[in-house]
Amino acid sequence: MVETAAAPQVAPWRRRLLNAARSLTSPLLPDDYIGLINPAWSTRELTGAIVRIGRETADTSTVVIEPNFPWPGHRPGQYLRLGVELNGIRHWRAYSITSDPDHPRGLVSVTVKAVDDGKVSRYFGRVAEPGSIVFLGQVEGTFGLPERSPERALFISAGSGITPIMSMLRELARRGDLRDVVHVHCARQADDFIFGPMLRELSARHDGYRLVEHLSADRGRLTATDLDALRPDWRETDTFLSGPGEMIDALQAHWGEHADPSRLRTERFQPIIGTGGAAVGAGGTVRFRVSDLQARCDEGISVLVGGEQAGAVLPFGCRMGICHTCVGRLCEGRLRDLRTGELNGEAGQLVRICVNAPEGHVEIDL
Amino acid sequence: MSTTTNPLHRLSPEQIEQIGIEFQAIHDEVYADLGERDVVYIRGIIEFHRRLGALSRIVLMASRYPPAWLLGTTGLSVAKILENMEIGHNVLHGQWDWMNDPNIHSSTWDWDTASPAGAWKHSHNYVHHTYTNIVGKDKDVGYEIMRVDPKQPWHPAYLAQPFVNLLLMAFFEWGVAVHDLDFEKIRAGEKPKQQVRDELKAILTKARRQIVKDYIVFPALSGRHWKKTLYANVTANIVRNVWSNAIIFCGHFPDQAYTFTEEETEGETRGGFYVRQLLGAVNIEGSPTFHVMSGNLSYQVEHHLFPDLPSSRYGEIAPRVRAICERYGLPYNTGPFLKQWSSVQRTILRLAFPGGAPRPKPGPYRGDPVIAPRPEDARNGSAEGVLAAFP
Repeated sequence: MVETAAAPQVAPWRRRLLNAARSLTSPLLPDDYIGLINPAWSTRELTGAIVRIGRETADTSTVVIEPNFPWPGHRPGQYLRLGVELNGIRHWRAYSITSDPDHPRGLVSVTVKAVDDGKVSRYFGRVAEPGSIVFLGQVEGTFGLPERSPERALFISAGSGITPIMSMLRELARRGDLRDVVHVHCARQADDFIFGPMLRELSARHDGYRLVEHLSADRGRLTATDLDALRPDWRETDTFLSGPGEMIDALQAHWGEHADPSRLRTERFQPIIGTGGAAVGAGGTVRFRVSDLQARCDEGISVLVGGEQAGAVLPFGCRMGICHTCVGRLCEGRLRDLRTGELNGEAGQLVRICVNAPEGHVEIDL
Repeated sequence: MSTTTNPLHRLSPEQIEQIGIEFQAIHDEVYADLGERDVVYIRGIIEFHRRLGALSRIVLMASRYPPAWLLGTTGLSVAKILENMEIGHNVLHGQWDWMNDPNIHSSTWDWDTASPAGAWKHSHNYVHHTYTNIVGKDKDVGYEIMRVDPKQPWHPAYLAQPFVNLLLMAFFEWGVAVHDLDFEKIRAGEKPKQQVRDELKAILTKARRQIVKDYIVFPALSGRHWKKTLYANVTANIVRNVWSNAIIFCGHFPDQAYTFTEEETEGETRGGFYVRQLLGAVNIEGSPTFHVMSGNLSYQVEHHLFPDLPSSRYGEIAPRVRAICERYGLPYNTGPFLKQWSSVQRTILRLAFPGGAPRPKPGPYRGDPVIAPRPEDARNGSAEGVLAAFP
């Protein structure tokens, strides 16, 4: 299976009409012919045209996109898979959404830091221009604000980890809930601070938002011992942390030892799923009908990992449940989603084998 | 001619190994070079097919006027041929999967023919391309209903073969549709009943959609003169069937192709696999238009060596394949369409009866002519194994 963009939300009458017309176009879709007239009219995939690209720092740009169908919405803190075509080949990357979910014109933005040998990030930084087309994938991620704004909040961000925090701050400001918020952001030096000017201005306008710039060029990395000085009541505060893996590991360990770990929410951009790290469900056996192989998956082992251990060559992409590259048709049995612990699946359904584990015996067309 | 003359057996294991490395190098080089130019090509062909198909359907609404009928039927036939050969067959092979475009991808594609995509990917991509020309394992050797190789044991049922052959030409898509069910396996009880039921259901679903579209909805759109459009659609499907049958039969059944026994291919290496593909496939010579209309299966040799490379690259690869043939004294099977097709028909008629011997094979490929050959030289082309005018 190949990663595909999100399906646009279309009025029910239009969907019914398109379905009825399939008897004329089968095995193609009416959209395949409509797209000949104007590609943006096809409801096959949600696409977007770049409206503008604004420079944030020397190597970071914000890309503002206008979707071809109404934006389905997102929660602040979530990320979006973006697809771009480079030399005829479509590439996908996940970027945190930095725009407000309720943008009046329905625009959506992501903020991209150019990575040295990053094809896609460099494309956004140098090649893309207004009018360029991008593919808009699924909005995903569980990092975000709770329904009710927290009484006290501590935001810790580092580098481009600021991006999900940015849309959360925008949301809090809109709700009028910037009451008792401390935000420490780590950057190497002041010029590298993505959204620096905007946030400094926010802090000047709101008494309830205190911004601390931790410049690692002067003061070294932020450590757990800095917490007491930043926010003496950090143990009783909802904390949102977004940054590099080592930083999250260190702070998570600190919370585990000295506070309630459930009050710390993190975005590590590369979650580890399906390798048995977390014991979820009872496990089971998988038969891959096409590869003609049988695999055993112990608790917490995904169908993908179990299959690979049994010698199956299976398609995969992100290995974290986003890209849909590893999708296979479930023929029989039930699966447990390793991210949520939920049990689901019925015969004929397309399932992502990287985030699902068998519960008992399952058969998959892969 | 006995199997010992198969050129495969003249090669040393080291040579076979080296041939494998050389073919793999061509593959990897071309694969790494794929990009924008190829994307422009396939999107262009797909767009052309859709425009031509839609236009022909519109013209056929006026099918009561003979010129409209003729124009519409011709257009629809060409569109269907392009869709099946240059687009469907090749997309389903995964030749365009590297683009990562979910709308031109082997996992999502379905084609305008009775055969469901999933079944075809199994019987063709897997069974046929893996076990190519191994008699007894490659179900495409005679498609389980015909005797096209003397190694296949004769049975009185094959006496009906000349008639079966004509039926298969006209209704080829339906033969292909049920081919993957694998009647031999079902008879032997080797296929779980549930799987057979699932596959039958897939065939019936696909068949229903095809019949509804071509034989009910579009004729109905022509109103009172629905019969004319119905005939037009039947004609277009038969034209496509006869054409694809001819091209596909010319891929492995002409005289030049070698077949293999299971013993010969035991413990086959990657190099051996390439040599078997080279010896078992046959090209057809023709113009650029002919190549496109045949889905570049006229480069059957290149296709069998590199089934996952875009068909549009086969023509460029061909000289490099011929160079390898020349260096290792291997044949490069090719010939003009009518000659190839007649030799297939001759074999089908002859092998309806018991016995039959393998046809004489061309010698090693002697290299591309240095200067353009005169027409009379071309007739004695390298396919015959005759020395080119200026070796």
